Amino acid sequence: MTFPIKPEEKKLVYLDHAATTYTDERVVKAMQPYFTEKFANPSGLYTIGREVNGALNDARRTIAEILHTLPDTIIFTGGGTESDNMAVFGVARKYADKGKHIITTKLEHHAVLHSCEQLEKEGFEVTYLEPDSQGFISPKKVSAALREDTILVSIMYGNNEVGTVEPIADIGREILKWRKTHATKFPFFHTDACQAPGALELDVEKLHVDLMTLNGSKIYGPKGVGILYKRRNVQLQPLIFGGGQEMRLRSGTENVPGIVGLAKALELVQERREDEYMRLIDLRNYFWDRLQKDIPKIKLNGADLGLTRLPNNLNISILDIEGEALLLYLDEYGIVCSTGSACTSESLDPSHVLLAMGLPYEYAHGSLRFTLGQKTTKEDIDYVMKYLPEIVEKLRQISPVNLTQNPEENTHPKYHQR
Amino acid sequence: MVNQKGAAIRDNQGNSWLYSDIVKDHFFNPRNILFAGEEEDYDADAMGRVGSPACGDEMVLWLKIDKDSERIKECKWQTFGCGSAIASTSMLSVMLSENGGMTLDDALKIKPQDIMERLGGLPNRKIHCSVLGDKALQSSINEWFRKTDQLDRIITDGAKVIDEKLKITDHDIEEAVLEGAQTLEDVQKKLKVGAASPESIPEIEQLIRFYSEKYYGEAFI
Repeated sequence: MTFPIKPEEKKLVYLDHAATTYTDERVVKAMQPYFTEKFANPSGLYTIGREVNGALNDARRTIAEILHTLPDTIIFTGGGTESDNMAVFGVARKYADKGKHIITTKLEHHAVLHSCEQLEKEGFEVTYLEPDSQGFISPKKVSAALREDTILVSIMYGNNEVGTVEPIADIGREILKWRKTHATKFPFFHTDACQAPGALELDVEKLHVDLMTLNGSKIYGPKGVGILYKRRNVQLQPLIFGGGQEMRLRSGTENVPGIVGLAKALELVQERREDEYMRLIDLRNYFWDRLQKDIPKIKLNGADLGLTRLPNNLNISILDIEGEALLLYLDEYGIVCSTGSACTSESLDPSHVLLAMGLPYEYAHGSLRFTLGQKTTKEDIDYVMKYLPEIVEKLRQISPVNLTQNPEENTHPKYHQR
Repeated sequence: MVNQKGAAIRDNQGNSWLYSDIVKDHFFNPRNILFAGEEEDYDADAMGRVGSPACGDEMVLWLKIDKDSERIKECKWQTFGCGSAIASTSMLSVMLSENGGMTLDDALKIKPQDIMERLGGLPNRKIHCSVLGDKALQSSINEWFRKTDQLDRIITDGAKVIDEKLKITDHDIEEAVLEGAQTLEDVQKKLKVGAASPESIPEIEQLIRFYSEKYYGEAFI
C-alpha cells in the first residue's frame, strides 16, 4: 500500500490553535524584563518591588479596559482551568446556604464539568442542559431550568471543539429578568470565554455576565496564566490560601511575566480582531469548500459557517475511518490537528461535545478538528488538501466499514457489511 | 491513571511516540491487507468479524486454511480503528502466516499479550485494540469448524450474568476494564447503569480485579 509521497522538506502546518497557540514574539519581548531585571516581588515596598507592582497594575488596567470594567474585578490565576474551578467552586461554596442548584451544559470544558461533578458529590444538584444538533443552548432552555435555589449558571461562550458560539448576551438577559421578577441577586452567570478573544465581543456589560474566564495560551500569550473577571457584588470562596494576593482570592506570588504577557497578548488580538475575523472566515470557508469537493462522505459538525461559529474552527467527520489513525498519518506530513475519537481520550469515550449534540458514535470516532490561526495561509490549506484526500482514500481501502451517509444530519448512518 | 507508564501516546519527555518502532512500522506499512472492494474475489476458507464502528474498532479477518495440515496458508484483514488497532491486526496476520503457517490449534493459543509482545508493547489504554484481533481470529476459526463439521471444536465462552437486575455479565465487566474502568464506579459509568444490587457488588469487584490483573498485570482496587 502506498501513501502519497512525502514532501522533500517537511512543512509544519499547525492547525490546532484551539488547543494552544504559539506565543507572539511581541508578547515574549514584553515579558522578558520581568524574568531577570524586574524580578522583584510586587508586594515588596522597596523601589523595584513598587515598579513591578506598577507593571501588574498596568496589566490589570489594560485588561479591564478591554472588558469594559474596572481593574479591581480582574483576578489573575494560573490558567483557564483554575479560573473555571474558581468560579464554580468559589460561588458554590460561598453561597451554599442560599441554594445548592447549578445549571451548566453538556458541552462545557472538563474544567467546568468535572468541577460540577465534584460538587454533586458534595451535595449540590446540577442540571446539565442539552444542546441542539448544532451545539446551541437556547436562552429559553436556560430560563426554564432556573429555580429559586439556583445559585450559578455556567455556560461556555465559544465552544472549543465545534466552534458554536452560544447566545451569551441573550442568556444573560434572561437571567437578569429572572433576578428582577424574583427580587434576588441569584443566580450568578459565569462564562468560559477562553476561545473568544480576537474573535468575539468581550464587553462584560454587553454580555451580562458576572464571571468570565480567559486565558493566555489560546491568544498567543503565555501558558499557565489566566483571568477570572468577577463582578463586584459577587463573592467567592478562594481555592488557594496564603499571602492574600489578588484581593485575598488567589494567594501566591503573582506570575508577573505571565501577567504582563497576557495583557499584551489580549491587547494585540483585540487590536486586529475585525480584520482577522474576516480573514479567518474566508480561509476557513475556502478549506471547507475544498474538503467537500475532494473528499466524499464527510460531514460538518457544529454550527453553520456563519457568525454564530468561531471563525477559525472547522470540525468534520470523515466516515469509515478512525480519527486517531488519520491524525497520526497527517502528522507524518507535518499537518497538526486534533480528533474527538475515543482513542485519544483518557476515558476511551469519544468527545462528550459531539455526543451531546446527538452525533452518532460512528461519526464521533471519525471526527477531525482543524483550528486556524494568525499565521495560517491559503498555501497551508492547499498543502493539507494535497495530502488529506489521498490519505483518507488509503485508510478507507483498509477499512471494513462502509457507512451510507444519511442526508438528514445526525441520524444513525446505515451500516453495510462487506 | 494509576499506571502512568504506558498511559499516553506521548511521554512527558517530549518524545512523540510511545508506540514502539514495530508498531509504527506496521501502522504505516500494514501487511497482508485485503483491499476494500476485493473481498468478493478473495476465496477465503473462513472469515471472522468483530466490533463495530460505533465502538471505535471493527476488524475483519479472512483465512485460507490447508484442510489436511490445518495450517493457515494465508491471512488477510481489514481494520477500522486507531494506530494500535491497525498495527495489531497487521502483526497478528504475520504471526499466523509466517514459517509455513500456524496450525489452528496453535493459533487458538495466541493471547493478546503475545501480539503485544511481538509489537514491542502497547500503551496500557491501547490494550483493548489487540484483544479485538484475538477475538476476530477465534470467530473465524469457529466458522471453519462449523463449515468442516467439527462442531465439538467450536469455542464458545458463554457470558455469565453477574447482576440480575442490571443484566451485567462478566463480559460486560471485561469490556469495561479494557476500556479503562478501574473501579466499581468506573464500570457503572462505562456501562451506563445505576447502582448494582448490594449482593452482586463483591463479585463485580472481584471481576474488576481479575481482569485488571489479566490485562494490566495489576489491580487498582
